[in-house]
Amino acid sequence: MVDPYRDARPGDAPLIEVAAVTKSWPKEGGGEVTTLAAVDLTIRRGEFVCLCGPSGCGKTTILNLIAGLELPSSGEVRVRGARVEGPGPDRTVMFQESALFPWLSVRSNVSFPLEMAGVPRAERDARVERYLRMVHLWRYRDAQPHELSGGMRQRAALARALVNDPSILLMDEPFAALDAQTRDVLHGELERIWVETGKTVVFVTHNVREAVRLGDRVIIMGTRPGRVKRDLEVRLARPREPNDRDVASLSGVVERELKIEIEKVIREELDDAWSPAGNGLPRDSHRGMGDGI
Amino acid sequence: MAFLAILIAAWATASRLGESYLFPGPDDVAAALYTGFKSGILARAVAKSMARLLVGYSVSLAVGVALGCALARVKLVKETVGLLVLGLQAVPSVCWLPLALLWFGLNEMAIQVVVVLGSLLSIAVATESAVNTVPPLLVRAARTMGANGAALWWRVILPASLPGVLSGARLGWTFAWRSLLAGELLFVSGGLGQVLEFGRELHDMALVLAVMAVIIALGLASDHLLFGRLERRMRRVWGHDRR
Repeated sequence: MVDPYRDARPGDAPLIEVAAVTKSWPKEGGGEVTTLAAVDLTIRRGEFVCLCGPSGCGKTTILNLIAGLELPSSGEVRVRGARVEGPGPDRTVMFQESALFPWLSVRSNVSFPLEMAGVPRAERDARVERYLRMVHLWRYRDAQPHELSGGMRQRAALARALVNDPSILLMDEPFAALDAQTRDVLHGELERIWVETGKTVVFVTHNVREAVRLGDRVIIMGTRPGRVKRDLEVRLARPREPNDRDVASLSGVVERELKIEIEKVIREELDDAWSPAGNGLPRDSHRGMGDGI
Repeated sequence: MAFLAILIAAWATASRLGESYLFPGPDDVAAALYTGFKSGILARAVAKSMARLLVGYSVSLAVGVALGCALARVKLVKETVGLLVLGLQAVPSVCWLPLALLWFGLNEMAIQVVVVLGSLLSIAVATESAVNTVPPLLVRAARTMGANGAALWWRVILPASLPGVLSGARLGWTFAWRSLLAGELLFVSGGLGQVLEFGRELHDMALVLAVMAVIIALGLASDHLLFGRLERRMRRVWGHDRR
């Protein structure tokens, strides 16, 4: 049997390059907090890359830097070789909350990026319909966001992120606020849409199982300061099942890698009386990382 | 409705007990309203006051919203004009009248200055806080979708601040209305305030109460028909009623 996972190899056609990027913020009362320390990361066209790590490892910061919502303190982020200096139509972002505009209907929300891009009316309508059908929300096109469930809102947000046909889809824990069943369904949908559209996806999550379930690669990040700890290629057949044995066993590997980092965070947050032995972090691979904290 | 009937009955009884010359009953006031509207005095006064109000309030709304946005997003404006706004809020609008009269003379301009100053600040302050509380996530999302500059303001920040701006506008409307009447009371100008002053000079308390009834009716009507409607519509679209 082929080893289903191994360390990733550097690709020959990078789409996104994060090169020696550091990010630090001024601390209250002087000094600086370093969120990211000299991170290097290369993402190839069409890859589904999951950034996985404990809170404070800077995974969301990397996403924001690629999105152009923040700028690095040093180093640079390049997309197709061009330095990222702000948001661009080739990259869209999906957040943990849908960030749909509450004053617009589902249809108008999805149409918004097209209007910003100056796409003519007829083409807008056609594209809104195509993507709302893709996420199975066409029936609810005239609903207001508040009339939708959390999962439906994320579907609408996904349609909105895809409607401009960006080459890169950046997702910041988009399913973290959903219940487990809805999340499983949306994992399947996202996988299907990713195969259909051939997007490059960068997906931030603290949920190891989710990362292994979805990613071609899982980037394990360490903390204090944030950095890339390990870059794993996931070579499991698609479509994947959430309870697949290989997904579960690879999740276990990733969780062991992360355990040290999580303990580091907890030790800093709690007092000295805490010890990993006494409080047994979840080693059970049927649970998501951090569930027992 | 029943409440209103009881109120009117109590009023009628009270005026019978007291001196009807100082405290006319509902029948006298109804008669005054009738003759007032029939002769055209009240109708003309209402038209005049409303026209003034619309002009002054429109200016207030436009300048107030713009000023509020600037206060929220331009640090220099906040640090300079912001302090002035807070200070000026303590000044009742009618205090501006003497100054306005000296600057502009006994004309429309003077009274509009009072109306605008009376309502502008509350609109600006409400807009400022509405813009400041727009969820940053919406703005970030909009930026990734290619919205910036004027489009970001028109399509995202202003609509997102609408609930706060609307309640500021509602407050501003009542302030504008009060400032207008205070101004009209204090100098001859042809408007509801002047009819009120007329009534006092003629010792026609029925007319005074009739004008007050008109003011109350107009206030209720504008609140229900204009702002109430807008607010209900907004709550329905945003889904505020469900939470």
